Formats: sequence, C-alpha cells, structure tokens
Amino acid sequence: MSDTAAPRARMILPRPLIIGGAILLASVVVGLFPALFAPFDPNAFDYGALLQAPSWAHPMGTDNFGRDVLSRVIHAYTIDMQIAVFATIVPFVFGTIIGALVGYAGGWAEALFGRIVDAVITFPFLVLVIAIVSVLGPGLVNMYIAVGVVGWVFYARIIAAEIKVQKRLDYADAGRAMGYTHLRIIFRHLLPNAITPAIVYWMTDMALAILLGSSLGYLGLGAQPPAAEWGVQIADGKNFMATAWWISVFPGLAIVLTGLGFSLTGDGLAEVLRTKR
Amino acid sequence: MTDAMLEVRNLTTTFGHGRLTAVNDVSFTVRPGEVLGLVGESGSGKSVTLRSIMRLTPESGAVAGQVLWRGRDVLKMTASDLRRVRGGQISMIFQEPMTALNPVLPVFVQIEENLRAHTDLDRGARAARARELMDLVGIPDAARRLREYPHQFSGGMRQRVMIAIGLASNPKLLLADEPTTALDVTIQDQILKLILDLRDQLAMSVVLVTHDLGVVAATCDRMAVMYAGRIVETGTVAQVFAQPNHAYTRGLLGSVPHAGTERSMLLSIEGTPPPLGALPAGCAFHPRCDFATAPCRTTLPVLEDIAPDRSVACFNRAAVLAAGSPI
Repeated sequence: MSDTAAPRARMILPRPLIIGGAILLASVVVGLFPALFAPFDPNAFDYGALLQAPSWAHPMGTDNFGRDVLSRVIHAYTIDMQIAVFATIVPFVFGTIIGALVGYAGGWAEALFGRIVDAVITFPFLVLVIAIVSVLGPGLVNMYIAVGVVGWVFYARIIAAEIKVQKRLDYADAGRAMGYTHLRIIFRHLLPNAITPAIVYWMTDMALAILLGSSLGYLGLGAQPPAAEWGVQIADGKNFMATAWWISVFPGLAIVLTGLGFSLTGDGLAEVLRTKR
Repeated sequence: MTDAMLEVRNLTTTFGHGRLTAVNDVSFTVRPGEVLGLVGESGSGKSVTLRSIMRLTPESGAVAGQVLWRGRDVLKMTASDLRRVRGGQISMIFQEPMTALNPVLPVFVQIEENLRAHTDLDRGARAARARELMDLVGIPDAARRLREYPHQFSGGMRQRVMIAIGLASNPKLLLADEPTTALDVTIQDQILKLILDLRDQLAMSVVLVTHDLGVVAATCDRMAVMYAGRIVETGTVAQVFAQPNHAYTRGLLGSVPHAGTERSMLLSIEGTPPPLGALPAGCAFHPRCDFATAPCRTTLPVLEDIAPDRSVACFNRAAVLAAGSPI
C-alpha cells in the first residue's frame, strides 16, 4: 500500500465471532460428512455391549441396544443442523419481507399486523407448534411448517420496528426526492440499514430451533426413532438416567455446544454489522 | 407569468386534519437560471413549503393549491409522472448531509442509482458520468472516493456528494433546504459558491431555503420572506435589503451583524414566533411589531404588489419605509 492511500480499515473480527464461527463451521462439516468422524454405525445393535459406560472403545458409552452414543451424537449433527437452518430460513425471509412492507406502509396494514402479533404472542411458542404438529402429524417436514407458520411473526416485528425508524430519516426522503419507487426505497435503501437485529436474532433462533427440534423429538413429534437426533437420544436415555447417564448427557452437551456456537456468532455479527455513521 | 419554470399558486399545507396550517396561501415564481431565497425563522414554514412542492410532506399533511412545473401541476401528477420529475427535473438537497446519504451504500452506487432511474446511459457511461460529477462538485481523487462509504467523508464533502447525486441527471431546478446550516462557516462558503457555479454551468434554477440573511445576500437574486406560514415580503435582494417594506423584514435585517464604519446596536425582534395552532388575529406579526396599529390587530394584511416583482403585506409599510434600512 502506498503512503498516500488512506489506511484501509482493517477488519478486526471480534473474538466471539471467531470462536462461534469455528464451532459452527466444525458442526457443519461434521453434519455433512458424519461417516468420516463416527467410529461405528449409529444404528448398529451390539447385544454384547449394552449400556456400557464411557471407555476407550466407546468414548461416550453405549445405549440399551448397544449402539455407540458418540456415533449417534455425530450422526445427529446432520439432522439437527438441518433443523437449525430449515426451521428458520423461511420465517427469516418471509418475516423480513412482510415486516419491511408493513413498517413502511404503516396505517391499516400495521394495525392488522399488530393484531396478528398479539394473537401469536398470547400463546407460548412451543404449545402453538405442538398444536400445529399434532394436527399435521409428527415428522420433521411438518415441524418446519409449524415453525414457519408462527415464527415469521417475530422477524416481521423486529424489521417493522426498525423500518419505522429508518423511513423517517433524511436519506429515505432523499430517495423519494430522487424519484425512486417505494419498493426500491424499502428493499434497496431501508432494509440493509434495518436488517442487522433480524440477522442477530436469526442466530439465536437457530439455537432455539435446535432446542425446539430436540423437544419435539423428545416428545415424539419431530424426528422419528431410530433416527439419530439429540432430542430423540435424550428421550431414549430417560429411563436409564440413574444407571446410564451418558445416553442422555452427551447429546445434551452437543445441544449446548451448538447453541453456544450460534449465540457467539450472533454476538460477533452484531458487533461487526453495527452501522457506521 | 409565462416565463416561469416553477409557479407556486396559493400553496397551503395543513397538518392534523386542518388543525395546524404550516404553509398558508403561499405563491411565488422561479424563473430559468434564477436563485430564489426563501427566508424566515425556524417554524416559519419555509422547509414545509419546499417539501410540499416535492410532495414530501409526512402522511398527516394535506397540500392544497397548485405547483406548476413547466405548466403541469405537480400536486396532481400520477405516481409515475411524479417519479420522473423528482430527481430527473427537480432535485432536492437536505440540511443534514450526515443523514441524507444512505450509510450502507458506496457513493458510486448512490450516484449511479439516480442515473439508472432517469437516464438511458449504459454501464460504462454511468461510471464515466459519476467520475465527471465528482470532479464537477470538487471532490478530488474521484475514482477512489467513489468506492468509499458516506462515513468516510467529512460533512462538507458529504454535502458535495449529495449535490453530485442530485445533479446526476441534469435537473432544471434545485431545491436546497438549508444546505449549509450544518456546516462550518468556511465550508458553507465553498458549498454556496459551488451551487452558484453549477447554476451557471448547468443553467438551472435554485430555490434556497435559509434563515441566514448573509447567505441570501451572497447568493440569491430574489427573496421571499416568510412569517408564520405566509410570505410577507418579496423583491430582489438589493431592493429588500435597501428598502425593507415589512416590519418583520426590517427586524430580520437589523439582527444581522455587519461590518461598518461606526458601531451600532444590534436590533433583535422581541418574543418568539407564535405557535401555528394559535396564531393571533390580524397580522401574525403584530404582537412583536414596533409599528403595529389598530388594523394590524384585527385584519390580515394581504400581499400587495407595489412594483413589478415586489410585494409586501403590511398596513404600515410607509412608516417602515420611512424608518429606513438598518443595514
């Protein structure tokens, strides 16, 4: 770089983003290629090794069918990372678009939206999702639908509030004074300035989605046995909690670790994306 | 008048279902190549007038009257016609260059966006035009600075960028809403000179809203003084400065410090402008006026033409005239 050039703003990544990103990257790699990391077939029964405590042969022990818990935890990354993404991407995109339009339009659209928000937040999220899944039937796809039907409201609410602030700023008027269309002003000008909180929330939401997916799996409404899924595994181990704690505890720790990865990434992104003025 | 670019007739802007009248029966014309100053205190309605012309008032505002742009009423245009006029034929620059630029888009994108909306230039031509505009508004090292974001520019430079965006499609009228108020004095001067230079080069008209009579004296051809939503006096800058006909104009002129051979007291206008929701009867200025007489308290003086391009709304203009200009 020559001396006359202004010093390039060096991007110093915040530590939470580095740690969280590393956890997520590792999670994605494990989720994509579980067979490379798992020492055993996750569904292979071994009646010679039932309920074995963690050992060198089985670092996380075995369950009541002799299945290797480590292998099952590793294979569960595939399903649980999918849940994190698929259960949140539709609410994120749809909620963002609706929120941007509603926040910009104001008036009756906003009033109607307010009623929908009220209706949705009156019910506990989990109860609402369980209700929808029990109508549609258990399974992952129906769970995505159930979460999508309810979840977009939270994104829309965040974006609508931000857009309402942004649309009163001078650059929004400047855009109108320049003769740009409303849609252009909303999505090209206002939304990039408004989307940061939604992205940060999205990260948290992915962690919550894994918890939700595990909860539904535990209740038998999400992923179906014998699939390796953390919630299903925890449910599998509940009867052996006193004697074989490892069946439930290690999947639980995997949930905690992945959730931590999403939360740290969210915090780091919030720092990086903070708008410079 | 036939030679007017922009003719504003009886413009009235109210808020809250007519409870507040921010702009009241305002009429003026802008001719080709002319700089018109719209002067008044905070809350006199000058900025709302400008925004009403562009139909940029908040949703709660209702605008009545006519805004004839080359003979067509802007207030009655369809949305697509309005978009063609905005930014293409009439541009607007704002008081706060810090907030009037989009913080997340590089300057080049913001200039190019206007060109894309209002011209048929292809990609290469738009890039060339963007560099040309940066040169035109006096930003050195255009190629590099076009890639930068607004937060990498100083206040004065941002206002230049704002002007470059506004002028991208060669508008015929520039509406400037206190373009220098947020800037340092030295930078103010540069920006005003720039606007005047560009007016000459691009043969456009300018409406300059300001509360600073120094700015008016330095830049404008004609001026209109506003008080409580109404125009109280118009004329060429030379006429109004030499012979103010309205007590309010005289008061404004008296409150400007100026270099002279002898020291004189700085006049100030007592009190503050009335709230728009509770204007006094008669002339809105009468409670603060040294010249006020009985009719001022009951009857609203109308804006009368006293010469071509010269009008005033004051019952006691003879007395004001006799008192002379404080400058």
